[in-house]
Amino acid sequence: MRHIISILLENEAGALSRVAGLFSARGYNIESLSVAPTEDPTLSRMTMVTRGSEEIIEQITKQLNKLVDVVKLLDLTEGDHIEREMMMVKTRVTGEGREEIKRLTDIFRGRIIDVTETTYTIELTGSADKLDAFIMAIKAPILETVRSGAAGISRGEKSLHV
Amino acid sequence: MSDSIVKLNGGEILVRFLHDEGVECIFGYPGGAVLHIYDAIYKQDKVKHILVRHEQGATHAADGYARATGKPGVVLVTSGPGATNAVTGIATAHLDSIPMVVITGQVATQFIGSDAFQEVDSVGITRPCVKHNFLVKRVEDIAVTLKKAFYVATTGRPGPVVVDIPKDITAPNVKVDYKYPETINIRSYNPVVKGHPKQIKQAVDIILSARQPMIYTGGGVVLSGAADEVTELARYLGYPITNTLMGLGAYPATDPLFVGMLGMHGTFEANMAMHQSDVLIAIGVRFDDRVTGDIEKFCPDAKIIHVDIDPSSISKNVRVDVPIVGDVKRVVRDINALLKEKSTKPDKEALAQWWGRIKGWQKENCLQYDRQCELIKPQYVIEKLYEVTKGDAFVTSDVGQHQMFAAQFYKFDKPRRWINSGGLGTMGFGLPAAVGVQLAYPDAPVACITGEASIQMCIQELSTCLQYSLPIKVVNLNNRYMGMVRQWQEFIYESRYSHSYMDALPDFVKLAEAYGHVGLKITDPKDVDDALNEAFGKYSDRLVFLDFETDQSENVYPMIKTGQGHHEMYLASERGRGLA
Ligand SMILES: Cc1cc2nc3c(=O)[nH]c(=O)nc-3n(C[C@H](O)[C@H](O)[C@H](O)COP(=O)(O)OP(=O)(O)OC[C@H]3O[C@@H](n4cnc5c(N)ncnc54)[C@H](O)[C@@H]3O)c2cc1C
Ligand SMILES: Cc1ncc(C[n+]2csc(CCOP(=O)(O)OP(=O)(O)O)c2C)c(N)n1
Ligand SMILES: [Mg+2]
Repeated sequence: MRHIISILLENEAGALSRVAGLFSARGYNIESLSVAPTEDPTLSRMTMVTRGSEEIIEQITKQLNKLVDVVKLLDLTEGDHIEREMMMVKTRVTGEGREEIKRLTDIFRGRIIDVTETTYTIELTGSADKLDAFIMAIKAPILETVRSGAAGISRGEKSLHV
Repeated sequence: MSDSIVKLNGGEILVRFLHDEGVECIFGYPGGAVLHIYDAIYKQDKVKHILVRHEQGATHAADGYARATGKPGVVLVTSGPGATNAVTGIATAHLDSIPMVVITGQVATQFIGSDAFQEVDSVGITRPCVKHNFLVKRVEDIAVTLKKAFYVATTGRPGPVVVDIPKDITAPNVKVDYKYPETINIRSYNPVVKGHPKQIKQAVDIILSARQPMIYTGGGVVLSGAADEVTELARYLGYPITNTLMGLGAYPATDPLFVGMLGMHGTFEANMAMHQSDVLIAIGVRFDDRVTGDIEKFCPDAKIIHVDIDPSSISKNVRVDVPIVGDVKRVVRDINALLKEKSTKPDKEALAQWWGRIKGWQKENCLQYDRQCELIKPQYVIEKLYEVTKGDAFVTSDVGQHQMFAAQFYKFDKPRRWINSGGLGTMGFGLPAAVGVQLAYPDAPVACITGEASIQMCIQELSTCLQYSLPIKVVNLNNRYMGMVRQWQEFIYESRYSHSYMDALPDFVKLAEAYGHVGLKITDPKDVDDALNEAFGKYSDRLVFLDFETDQSENVYPMIKTGQGHHEMYLASERGRGLA
């Protein structure tokens, strides 16, 4: 099963490599990983998407919790949550293809953020599924895609904080 | 303890801190990046420094010291090759959860990342084999970082912590205020020690419902200092108890409830009882593959209770029914208290039947060996060592057949007496570990059981032994083979002994003498007793290297081969009859 794990991490040199190292050393897979500072300068927030059986996910969360730099951890998939990922896609489009892309971008509630005579760059935010669907739907040749990796947050009162 | 604030440089802070932390001795080897620290060591006499001959030796010695005393072992090595040489010892401590603080020198901060002379990324290299590590970037942070290091190393599930200190941080001219940090709080690190009452209650009910119970305990009992609590538990219940290789001594081996070690080279009775058990009480163990054999066949009918301080140890390899996260000492104390409150008592009749079956398995006499043999049997040497030392020596070991014979035949009655590398299985561990043990207990008998291959991996520490007058007795079970490798080749590779024969061995007697010690060579079984008596008697104040020429063809039995279950042992008596 696919799990989204949110981690509050000490904002210290090497903390990220401890997490990454744990995954490679134990053979867990990382589908995506995003990390950035929070409003509290001593903390980073990491969102990690991984797949595995219940046993493996249990081990992953236990092993992550065991890292001294991990302050708190939440498996978002255990409750109601929101998942967002941002993507930028550069496509080569000329002629009537350009209308088609604009229409598709509208349907997916994306934005065209850079235009040249031969290219469009589209920005799109949503769940990983939605971004995948957009890529599938594009007919024009894709020159480049860049994705931020998922970020997640739980719905309602529940929150991950120290 | 220093409560006043003083101005000190980084090197002085480090040494002063170690003293304030209660560290009596450290094991180390100098080099460029730690010279400021060595200068600070020179100028004081509170913290004793033991100079080893190789950084691997320093880590194993500190590790041996920690295993014997329960106090953290402390190591000081230089950057680059000093740090990389220490890695094997750090990993050894990591896999056996031994508290250790390893201080590595690093190139000056302005050179970090420039491929400077003797620069390696020590924090990066050691990351996968430490409990935690730190890079100190300011003089002001030395004391607090070291405090954190000791705290993390010694609490929860213990382990090695590396503190990497760039040279400029310890420079003599940079002085800052120093005050010993009495306490420390790490918000992201809070080990649980008290077991959940609901889980404990459930465990007690299951324990009392057992008809074919088994208590399976390990290194966690030793680490927790909970031998008394566990002994009380077993005796109150009258249940059979087995120890892992790491748990030996935590329950007295001479006690009738003890059925021997379990696992790959465990006893027939311990493994059979595991296989047939209906309730398994697992305490401070980690269900290692050398213990479980094939997981699919592991304890098929047992309800499993598991006490462990590390949540990630629980249900990692084997799914358990009642997990209890907490410190063994605390949890077992709570279990004992609750058991005694209960009106329900263990089922006497069922237990008598169960013991009847166990006694039947014991009749197999699985540790038998040929006592008529004209060659020295390794088992015989250990039995004699046990007699001569009255079962009360500290015994360190290397890795191989000799290690298993030691585990099987030296009946440890006290914890922290059996000191060996179980998890990593590091050849070369035995001698330097004995250095640490003998320094901790200068007057105690210390034996290092080794093989001619293992001993050569850290033989240079014989020189350390001379420098510090350590009267260790090296018991070399010299079979001219990497015996454990040869055994696998005999069983699994149709006796194709690929590179497991040890040719061109040194004359160990002369070697011992060259290092300034006593060397004895023993080739006849009749002389074993006298040689050991001489070593522990006449030469009690000297290091004696006893080179026993043993039977080359001896194997360790019983043996569970990879992929087999506890009920599928190879026994000495029948060389492999399946006993399903
Ligand atoms: C050649 C060779 C052969 C071997 N054959 C065997 C064999 O036949 N049988 C055998 O048993 N082993 C054998 N081993 C050793 C094996 O590899 C493992 O090292 C060993 O089985 C692990 O022991 P353990 O389960 O007691 O765990 P340890 O490694 O001692 O771990 C201790 C456990 O206790 C927990 N713990 C620590 N402190 C506490 C505390 N305060 N409170 C609660 N829990 C705590 C830890 O989290 C951990 O889970 C062999 C090794 C070698 C090199
Ligand atoms: C550093 C290291 N290298 C290799 C091994 C693999 N190994 C395990 S036992 C063994 C042979 C040990 O031989 P010896 O010390 O003579 O002991 P014996 O088995 O003969 O008693 C080897 C090579 C190991 N455990 N450690
Ligand atoms: Mg040998």
